[in-house]
Formats: sequence, C-alpha cells, structure tokens
Amino acid sequence: MDSWIYIGIFVALSFFFPALLAVLGWFLGPRRPNPVKQDTYECGLETVGETWVQFKIQYYLFALVFLIFDVELVFLYPWAVAYHKLPLYGVIEGVIFVVMLAAALVYAWRKGALEWA
Amino acid sequence: MTAMQIVFLLTAVVALFSAFRVVTTPNMVHAALWLIVTLSSVAVLYVLLSASFFAVVQIVVYVGAIAILMMFVVMLTRREMRDRGPQLGKQWPWAAVLAVLAFGGLTWLVRSAALPASPVGEVPATSVADLGAALVNPGGFVIPFEIASVLLLAALIGAVYVAWTRRNS
Amino acid sequence: MGILSQPVGAIAEWLRNLLLGWGLSPGLTTVLLYLIGAGVLATLVQTWVIFLIWYERKIIGRFQDRLGPNRVGPYGLLQPFADFIKIMTKEVIIPEGADKPIYILGPIVMDAGVLMLWAVIPLMPMVGMDINVAALYTIAVGAFATLGILMSGWASNNKFALVSAIRTVAQMISYEVPTVLALLVPVLLAGTMSLQGIVEAQHVWYIVAAPLAFLIYFISSVAEVGRTPFDLLEAESEIVAGFHIEYSGMVFAIFYVGDFLHAFTIGALAAVLFLGGWRGPGAEAFPLLGLLYLWIKAFAVYFLVVWARGSLPRVRIDQMMNFSWKFLTPLALVLLVLTAVLDYFVAGWGAWGQALSHLVMNLVVGWLVLRYLQAWEKARAARRPVVAQPGQYPVARPPRPAVAETSTEAAS
Repeated sequence: MDSWIYIGIFVALSFFFPALLAVLGWFLGPRRPNPVKQDTYECGLETVGETWVQFKIQYYLFALVFLIFDVELVFLYPWAVAYHKLPLYGVIEGVIFVVMLAAALVYAWRKGALEWA
Repeated sequence: MTAMQIVFLLTAVVALFSAFRVVTTPNMVHAALWLIVTLSSVAVLYVLLSASFFAVVQIVVYVGAIAILMMFVVMLTRREMRDRGPQLGKQWPWAAVLAVLAFGGLTWLVRSAALPASPVGEVPATSVADLGAALVNPGGFVIPFEIASVLLLAALIGAVYVAWTRRNS
Repeated sequence: MGILSQPVGAIAEWLRNLLLGWGLSPGLTTVLLYLIGAGVLATLVQTWVIFLIWYERKIIGRFQDRLGPNRVGPYGLLQPFADFIKIMTKEVIIPEGADKPIYILGPIVMDAGVLMLWAVIPLMPMVGMDINVAALYTIAVGAFATLGILMSGWASNNKFALVSAIRTVAQMISYEVPTVLALLVPVLLAGTMSLQGIVEAQHVWYIVAAPLAFLIYFISSVAEVGRTPFDLLEAESEIVAGFHIEYSGMVFAIFYVGDFLHAFTIGALAAVLFLGGWRGPGAEAFPLLGLLYLWIKAFAVYFLVVWARGSLPRVRIDQMMNFSWKFLTPLALVLLVLTAVLDYFVAGWGAWGQALSHLVMNLVVGWLVLRYLQAWEKARAARRPVVAQPGQYPVARPPRPAVAETSTEAAS
C-alpha cells in the first residue's frame, strides 16, 4: 500500500509538471491573435470542407483483433508470475491457452482480416 | 475520517461526476474522454482495495483498449465534430423509471448484504502468483480459464465474420 | 547506515527524523517524504531532457556528416538552454475551431504518460518503488501517452492532425501486442512482475537467455514511441508533422520534451528488463555505482534508437501493419511457448546452464526465421517481373528503348 501512495503522488506530479510548463508558456509568451495566424495550417492552401472525415473501416478490423489479444494477454500474466511454482500440468494449461491465441491469429490471417488493402 | 476514506470519497465523486458527464455531454469524443476519467477512478478504487493487479488490468484493458477504441470508432464513423441531435429519446420516462428501480434494487441489495466492516485486510505480496496458480489448478479455475480462451476465440471469429461480410457487400 | 552504502535511505532517514522532530505525525511524514522523493525524481528526469536533446542532435549530426550544435557553450552543450529560453517567449497559438480544453490537455497527458513510467523503474538496489505489478504498469501508463497524441490530433481541427491521430491508434494497437508478449518472457523467467525483482533475478542478463524477445521488445517499443522508421504519425513529407502541426510555443515544447524522454525511457526499461538494470561489479555495495550502470545501459539502448533514426527510411503503413501482425506477433507467440516448455525442463541447471540452453533455442529459432525470410524474399522476387540481361544486374524495370538513348545523346 505504501508504494501505491508514492505512485499516486508520482502520477499527480506527472500531470502537474507539464501543466506547469504550459501555464508558464501561456504567461511568458505574447498573445496577439489574428484570423490569418489562427487559420488551419494546410501547406498554405485554403482548407476545403470539414476536418472530420470518415476513414477506412479496415482500421476497425485491426482494432477488434487487438482487443481480443489484449484481454487474453492479461490472463497470461498471472500464469507467467506463478510459472516456477507450477507442475507440468499447469505449464501445459498455459501453453494450450497460448495456442488458442495463436489459433485466433491464424484465423484472422487466413480470413484476410490482417490484409491492408 | 482516515486519509484513505478521504481519498475514497474524492475518487468516488470524480467517478460519479464523470459518469454523469458521459451521458450528458453532446459531443461523442468528449463522452469517451469522460469515460476514461470514470474508468481511471475505478482503477484508483481497486488500488484502495489492495487489488493492484486489477487496478493495472483496468487501465490496460479499459482505458488502453476499450475507451481508445470507442474514440476511434467515433472518429471513423461520425462526420460531425459536434453532434447536435437531441439528448433524450422519446422513451425517456420509461428509462427513468427503470433506472430508479434498478438504483433502488441495488441500494437495497447492498444495504441488506452482510458486508465486512473493513474491506481491506492484509494482502500477501504473492497475490498475483496465487491468482496465476489458481487459474491453472485443476481444483481451482482451470475450466473457466480454458473456456475464457475459447470464448475469446469465438468472439474474434464473430467479429471478423461480421466486419468481413459488411466489407464485401 | 552510511551515505555510500544507502544514499537514498540515509537521506530519507535523516529527513524523516527532522520532520518527526518538528512534531509531525508519522503518516504525514511518510507522505511528505514520498512527495519530496517523487518531486526530486520527476524534476531531474524532466530536466534531463535538456541533455538528451543535445545528445541526440549531436549524434544525428555525426550520422549526417555534420557537427551538430557547437556554438553555444562548450561542444554546444548550452544550445538546448538557449532553445528553451527562446521557446518560452513564443506565442501559444490556438487555431480557429480547435477544441480548446482538449487541445491544451493533449500534450500534458502525453508527457504525463511518459513521466509516470519513472515511478517504477528501479534506479539502484533498494531504490525505486517495488509494486508487484510494475511490468504491467509500464504497459498501462503507455496508454496515456497514446491517448494524449490522439486527443491533440483530434482537437486541432486539422485534417493532417486527424490522419495522424488515426494512424497513432493503428500503430499503437498493432505494436502493443508484440510488446506485451515479449514482456511476458522476462516476467516468466523471473517469476515476478516487480521490476526490482526482475533485475535481482538476472544473475545472467536476460539478453543472453532471450535475445529475440529483447529484439521484439525493442522494435515494438520504438514503434510505440513513433520513432523512425515507424514515425508514420509525424511523416513530415505526407502529413507535415501530424498531431503537433497546429502547436506552437510552450505547448509544442511539451510534445518535444515528451518525445525525447519517451525514447530514453524505453532505453531505460529495456535495460532494466533485459540488460540487468543496475547490476554490475560493486553495485550491491555502492548503489550509486548501480545508478551509473543503469544510465550507461539506458544510453546504449537509446543510442540504438538514434542510430535507427539516423539510418532507416520510413516504412509504409501496410508494411508497418504486416510487420507487427504477420511477423512479430507470431514469432513472439512461438517464442513464448518454447521458452515456457524449455524452462520447465532446464529448471535445475543453474543460472548459466539455463541461460545458455535458452540462448541455443533462440539461435535455432532465429536461424529458422532467417531461412524463412530468405525463402519468402526469393519467392517475392520471383513474382516480380524481372528483366535480366546477360552480363547485367537484374533490374525490376525493362531497359529503356534504344530510341530514347540516342535522342539524349543527340541532345548532348
């Protein structure tokens, strides 16, 4: 618990320091806004249309595969920590879990979900 | 009041306020960001319960994966930066009644349950290793552990199937 | 308890007695001590960036056959100070239509995500907080760095910045999987997630037992930082600096600081996980020596990052995705299974026996992978239309028609 107090303080400070820099910059720098300066930068051309455009759905497929992997990997960490105390049976259980993960990867690969087209 | 209780109360207030903002803010990306605040405060609550593994998993899975994916999906699908649609649907009175009922039921459940006075006992430093050993122990949770992997495999197959057919059509 | 054998412990003890002498309660004293410790460490780390910027500019300069900064101060050492003072006095421009709070919060969250990593890095024996989930913590706070970039890319109201934000997410989700898998290998070998515990378990550095895991961890960390050759989120030639295109003045400097610090931090993390952290001759007796060792190792890995930046071209986005999903991830999975099975059977062989048997396994896997890549490259080359003339190198394009050659000759 004691270490978590330290980590909590450290996390708070981690946000505080850059925020302090930003505030310093805000007060030390000049502020002379004008429409041209504040215009969206697009290599000198006028901006055309809305900024928020739609993107390829391909990104989404990767995101789904990633989500599954992330959840599975979290299960593996306690197993890896306990590894040295496990009997062969326990080690094999973990290996089966990893093989399942590999099967998921193979399926996504074969289906072309990992294809960037 | 101990320092721990003060931290708990502050965190709870932050969690509740940000959860409220998640449903009231008209901007989808802002809602996702408020959700990240909520989920992070839940991680702090886990730390207060000495469940450090779950605190970290909360951040890795919920903030690192799910919340960022939500922002991602909003960016992929919404054309507008600010959604100006109505905040409430036509069915809102029914939803309100259901919400009040659910809240009342949960309150009743929590109050009637015999909770230990102090939830925080001494947690051994090897708790993560114990969890890992229990996950693959035949007397423990080996069946749920393996079923979880099959379930996640099925989820992936489903996700790929749904997204794939959409893309082809 | 001498200052040499326990530098931080001795100072902390002295401060604790001082504070207790003032009549503060023990609990408050602990919190104050932690506040001072965290404050000192965070300030030092943040200020350290000034030196990192000089170091990287100097090294990159040498790679490009230049001298690098050499005007301000000896060897140009004071150049970053001059830059810092200059950037402090620059205007913070907030573009039209930007989402102001998120626009400002973006760089802060990004920098915070990097700084937070230093809370768990074991600097020397007995120093550095020893939480039992530290390895996973490093993955968790990495999410905040990504989140910061995503926020600023979205809030800038700029198409390039938005493209960059989307690419950031794509890159992060692709390379987090191999990072997490490679990180599992030292955790499995050490049997603990505490970074201090992993360092103590490295009687033989894990780079000997798991060189491939080190490579995977290193490559995917570089990708998560968004350094060349994976700097698709900045890609000056396509999306003109991406997420920080609309930033100026101090808020831009926060990004700059965060980026350099992140690169050095992954160096420190790789040193802790695979290069034995503070381990070295005499480190147990004189912890300050351990700090020096850690710093040297971190700089060695950081040098590799700068080297890659100085010599490699940027990859395409499909190459980047393929490299992670179709190469690093399967390799890491195979490696994890083999490490787990092998380690069970060599458990009683002593530190060097274990390490060497793992090394042999890694070398065999590495050799097979290289052979596979060669075969794959050959098959790819065979699919490419190659026109080979006798006495010429094969070229990917047919030779120019003779007419063009004669006309250029006539013109000259």
